[in-house]
Amino acid sequence: MKIDIAQFAQAFFEEAKDHLAQLESSLLELEKRPQDAELLAAIFRAAHSIKGGSATFGMTEVARFTHELEGLLDELRAGSLQLTRGLSDLLLEAADALAGLLESAKSSAPAPASVEPLLERLKAARAAPGAAACAKPEAVIESQSAAAEYRISFAPSAGIFCSGGDPLLVLRDLGELGEVRELRADYASLPPLEELDPEKCHFSWTLVLSTKKPESEVRSAFVFVEDVAQISIERAVAVAEKAAAPSMPQARASDTGTLRVATSKVDKLVDLVGELVIAQSMISGALELVPPAIQLRVREALAALERHTRDLQEGVMSIRMLPVSQLFERFPRLARDLARSLGKEVELQLEGGDTELDKAVLDQLADPLTHLVRNAIDHGLETPADRVAAGKPAKGTLRLRAAHQGGAVSIEVSDDGRGLDGARIRKKAEQLGLIAPGEPLTEAQEQELIFRAGFSTAAQVTDVSGRGVGMDVVKRNIEALDGAVSLRSAPGRGTTCAIKLPLTMAILDGLRLRVAQQTFVLPLIAVLESFRPREADLRRVLGQGEIVMLRDEPVPLVRLHRIFDLPGDEDARRGLVTVVDAGGVRVGLLVDELLGQSQVVIKSLEANFRRLDGVAAATILGDGQVALILDPPALARMALGPSAEVRHAA
Amino acid sequence: MGKTVLVVDDSPSMRQMVAHTLASSGFAVVEGGDGADALKKLAGQPVQLIITDLNMPVMDGISFIKEVRAQPKYKFTPVLMLTTESQASRKQEGRAAGATGWLVKPFHPEQLLAVVKKVLP
Repeated sequence: MKIDIAQFAQAFFEEAKDHLAQLESSLLELEKRPQDAELLAAIFRAAHSIKGGSATFGMTEVARFTHELEGLLDELRAGSLQLTRGLSDLLLEAADALAGLLESAKSSAPAPASVEPLLERLKAARAAPGAAACAKPEAVIESQSAAAEYRISFAPSAGIFCSGGDPLLVLRDLGELGEVRELRADYASLPPLEELDPEKCHFSWTLVLSTKKPESEVRSAFVFVEDVAQISIERAVAVAEKAAAPSMPQARASDTGTLRVATSKVDKLVDLVGELVIAQSMISGALELVPPAIQLRVREALAALERHTRDLQEGVMSIRMLPVSQLFERFPRLARDLARSLGKEVELQLEGGDTELDKAVLDQLADPLTHLVRNAIDHGLETPADRVAAGKPAKGTLRLRAAHQGGAVSIEVSDDGRGLDGARIRKKAEQLGLIAPGEPLTEAQEQELIFRAGFSTAAQVTDVSGRGVGMDVVKRNIEALDGAVSLRSAPGRGTTCAIKLPLTMAILDGLRLRVAQQTFVLPLIAVLESFRPREADLRRVLGQGEIVMLRDEPVPLVRLHRIFDLPGDEDARRGLVTVVDAGGVRVGLLVDELLGQSQVVIKSLEANFRRLDGVAAATILGDGQVALILDPPALARMALGPSAEVRHAA
Repeated sequence: MGKTVLVVDDSPSMRQMVAHTLASSGFAVVEGGDGADALKKLAGQPVQLIITDLNMPVMDGISFIKEVRAQPKYKFTPVLMLTTESQASRKQEGRAAGATGWLVKPFHPEQLLAVVKKVLP
């Protein structure tokens, strides 16, 4: 029987990735606690698992490399080698190389050229040179023309059963190698029945075996008992012989504990559940058409269906949820390398790694979060000398914290560095003509400026983070996830960038509202409050369009029916103003009526129709109607123009 | 009646490979992710063979084998350990703990079946 092991290779790659991540994070941890035996064991285990798997699945390059790495780790574990900064660097480099090797193995590409020299360095780093080559599966020499006769004596020790050994199995094995010509059991040492210990072995055997197999195979029959038995094998005469092949029973399916599934399959499931929710709402809507006689029964059945659908929906959504730690785990390395290259010291604290987020959100969060971490280390944290001069510990602290916050997840990146440089931001804003010279700048305005495209103070540009990708991109990325980003800063004490994200991108908690005869949905996360405006609240400001006063503060007013060219009521006093957070700017949206909250399944407009300004996506409502999901930041830009963001920030 | 094998390894792919190979040969397979997990599985149903990795988190293979041997029910049940060539000393350790035999990684499914045959009546 031939079993194709390639089918397990994909699972191995996934697993190896996890092991690599573990390896890296533990190595970084090890720099802080070089004597931690458990950490060393975890590191060794990770390398060991990759080695074992890669060898099993025929990835010899990976196995060879991991073997060297493992040897080095083993010496660290045994204490014959001490962790130095250089060694730590080498190990991390090896982890990177291993990732590359796995990539090439995955795509069946040749190993990167950088691997060989690294392999040499790994070897050189070892205190005592270990076995250089990886064990190859033993080649089995099949046939030999002539049969040989062996005289064998086999005397198991009394305790052979205690390690699960069974002398009869050895005899059976021998029998399968050829023909047993003679077999004699010696039970001279068998005690009388009353003294007999049935858990002990009291027999020994002598036999003559005729076989064509080499002597090594005869010996291998004893491989598991050679330390619990006296064995002698003598070669006698050669004769011709043939061995019988063992038969194999039928195949059966196996079950496994966890499953790795393509994201597309889960997405399909999410889609289908979404359709199910819609279909169910349609039934609910049609309930009044059911004859009163059976309405109660239908209602009960529907209630049960709703309960199960909700459970199903939650279950399916939970498949997509991944812990934020998956994203966080890349940062210790990044922070370490970056701090080192900038001559800074940083202690990275990760909190709330078990907070779960939709995979799609998590994937798209990687870039902005990386940018924020780079920013914090590059601009936020001072050099050790500056920090000491300012009366702070030389080592800066960078904290990544994830937490649930209502129906959303908040992620904060905070440093205890110098804080935002107000003077520099002012100067830049004056240069760009965004504010008049000498005009005071509120904190909110400062932040808005930082999030503006192309706004980068000159001193900010370094080779690390000043590469034209600014906070505006971070903001746009987060807003594309229906999230919001804000900054808090205290001079000399540090900066915190707070990101607020929806749990998932597949389902949205929405506020349904009516404009003319159309239903729209607003992301609930963006809604601040709603009120009916009085005549006195409505004003027109020259050059700035319409505003509505909200507790003595002017908020730009956006008449939704004008944006979407609908025949809406022009008298704002008969409508409602819904104030939304449009990416740090407050905007009042004029609507005709609020219809209520509901969870809606997000359908991409680009995928199903085409992009529309001011609209983030679409959804299908319970009654089968299509409703557009509004995009507050885009609406604000459309209504006020891009420059309005800053002017109205206060 | 088919025999049940408990496969203990913290690597799902390794477990899958072993389980698949055994299942293809008519064995029922129970899987455990580490020693402690495997002991729980063992309490749930009787098995006729145990195959365990040595390097595992939570409870390693050696401790697991000792625990197994301490149970009267499993005093004589064959236990195979999966080792690597760099763990020669562990082989002795495993034997002392009560392991019946071993299989050196990397191995092919055919080798696994051959070794299983060596220890299972």
